[in-house]
Amino acid sequence: MSSTDTLVPPRVVARPAATARTGRRRRPWMAGVVLTLGAVLTAFPFAWMIVSAVKPRSDSVAYPPHLLPSHVTVQYFTQLMRQMDFGRYLVNTLGVVLISMVGLLVMAMAGYGFAKFSFRGKEPIFFLVLTTMMIPVQVTMIPTYLILNGIGLTNTLVGIALPTLVSAFGVFLFRQFMTTIPTEVLEAARIDGAGEARIFAQIVLPMSRPILAVQVVLTFITGWNSFLWPLVIASDQGLYTLSVGIALLNQQVATNPSLQMAAAAVMVVPVLVVFVVFQRHIVQGFALSGLK
Amino acid sequence: MTVLTPLDTRLAAPPTTTGRRRRGWRNGLTIVAFLAPSAIPLAAFVLYPMIQAAWISLHRWNLISAMQWVGFGNYTKLVADPKTRAAFGHTLFYVVGEIPLVFVGGLALALALNARLKGRSLLRGVYFLPVVTSWIVVALVWRWLLNPAVGVVNHVLALVGIQGPGWWTDPRWAMPSIILASAWKDLGFVMVILLAGLQSIPEDVKEAALIDGAGPWRRLLSITLPLLSPQIFFVVVISLINGFQVFDQVYAMTGGGPAGASQVVVQQVYDLTFRYSQAGSAAALSWLLFVVILVITLLQTWGQRRWVHDA
Repeated sequence: MSSTDTLVPPRVVARPAATARTGRRRRPWMAGVVLTLGAVLTAFPFAWMIVSAVKPRSDSVAYPPHLLPSHVTVQYFTQLMRQMDFGRYLVNTLGVVLISMVGLLVMAMAGYGFAKFSFRGKEPIFFLVLTTMMIPVQVTMIPTYLILNGIGLTNTLVGIALPTLVSAFGVFLFRQFMTTIPTEVLEAARIDGAGEARIFAQIVLPMSRPILAVQVVLTFITGWNSFLWPLVIASDQGLYTLSVGIALLNQQVATNPSLQMAAAAVMVVPVLVVFVVFQRHIVQGFALSGLK
Repeated sequence: MTVLTPLDTRLAAPPTTTGRRRRGWRNGLTIVAFLAPSAIPLAAFVLYPMIQAAWISLHRWNLISAMQWVGFGNYTKLVADPKTRAAFGHTLFYVVGEIPLVFVGGLALALALNARLKGRSLLRGVYFLPVVTSWIVVALVWRWLLNPAVGVVNHVLALVGIQGPGWWTDPRWAMPSIILASAWKDLGFVMVILLAGLQSIPEDVKEAALIDGAGPWRRLLSITLPLLSPQIFFVVVISLINGFQVFDQVYAMTGGGPAGASQVVVQQVYDLTFRYSQAGSAAALSWLLFVVILVITLLQTWGQRRWVHDA
């Protein structure tokens, strides 16, 4: 993205840069120290969470706080999995994420429709789609609950995923990307006799791989972290997701921080792994949202 | 990226009338097939519920028995209720406390991490980590860090001779605790958006300013910030929309307490619905919140012409 356009020959820049250089030589060093300190502070809550999760409870509630555990234990993780159904919450959360992925295909289709077809009323319809971004989820919460209840989808994983399956923002991102696919390519396929479904599946989707990657990762993170809908839709404990299970744990056993931190770690570590592996896609996805 | 570029070269060579009609019909069907799978859920789970909520807000209803028409009764009652004012007050406190904190911090980080620096991408990654973390976990971990008796934060404060406050257990400190945890999570988001903007500022503009002898502050105020204004605008709009809808972290950190000291609007909507079974009032309150958000967003969109570059 950074401009490589250097109309100014480098030698001309050299002179004013000399004055700046004295400042520049010192500042990166100072800035580096400050930024590193800030990064350590930012990362500290994660480190504290993970250390606390493997500490015995007596260490966690001790004062002054112990930085390192007296001995390492995984008992809280086994307790979460064996006694507290966290294994099931984990499976449920993965289920919600998987169902959410279906929405990706649907949104890609709509993005393509808006990007590459012309029809009457396209602009107003697209504008209507964008306005849904501004509607707070709390306004639609009760009626959506009633609709899902009416069709018997409350207390199902599908019901949890359905209200957020399609997002206007997702459609918007696909549309923005797909307008850059050359129309001639699609036209050539049409002349060769390819059907619209085939063009979409074999040309448009493969060409949209970069935006698909971004959206897969974003969908994973939002689905994994989603809280309000699982809280509202799942009244049966057997359908709780990790976020709801942890919120419940917070109310039930407020006195065992080790157990709570273990639960938090179960929820965070997979996302951190996904983040480290797909960092580029994630940051790009968030950055895209800032472009006009 | 410009919005709306309807460009279709398919009809460049006009086909025969019958051909066009048949093609138009099939074309229409194709368009419907591509759009309907998204349009139906959006209509069913966003647009229709929105209108339905407005209808519910005009009734007294406990979610079970028949709805009772009360006109604007719910709204007048809400406006007169000191609890509503308190909830909006706490929400506003959150918005006013969190957004400037996150904005200034995020801008500073973006500027610092846009410069050439060893380990730059690692630092960016670390600052961004909290953004991908669930609000529930953020609340839980910070509740623990800010524990007044055995928490690390008060321990560190004690080491430097400061008696730490009661944080989320103290009514006066409940909102600041929520703001602190939220700022930690949101900082990286603002940073990334502004970084993307900084990277799109052409090098030659910066060089020209350097040649003209503009100092670092001058460059920041006269060049960087104006050219960054579209991203700043976006960040402010999104932060305000999200800020007024603050819920997850409040629910998990304080549940609106202690003694209602951190009861925000959405928590109030949630409680009205699921604790007090007053669906009519809940719907009315959520609509009030929506109108507030809508007005603020429209005001910003209207005002952006004055300060946003290329708006």
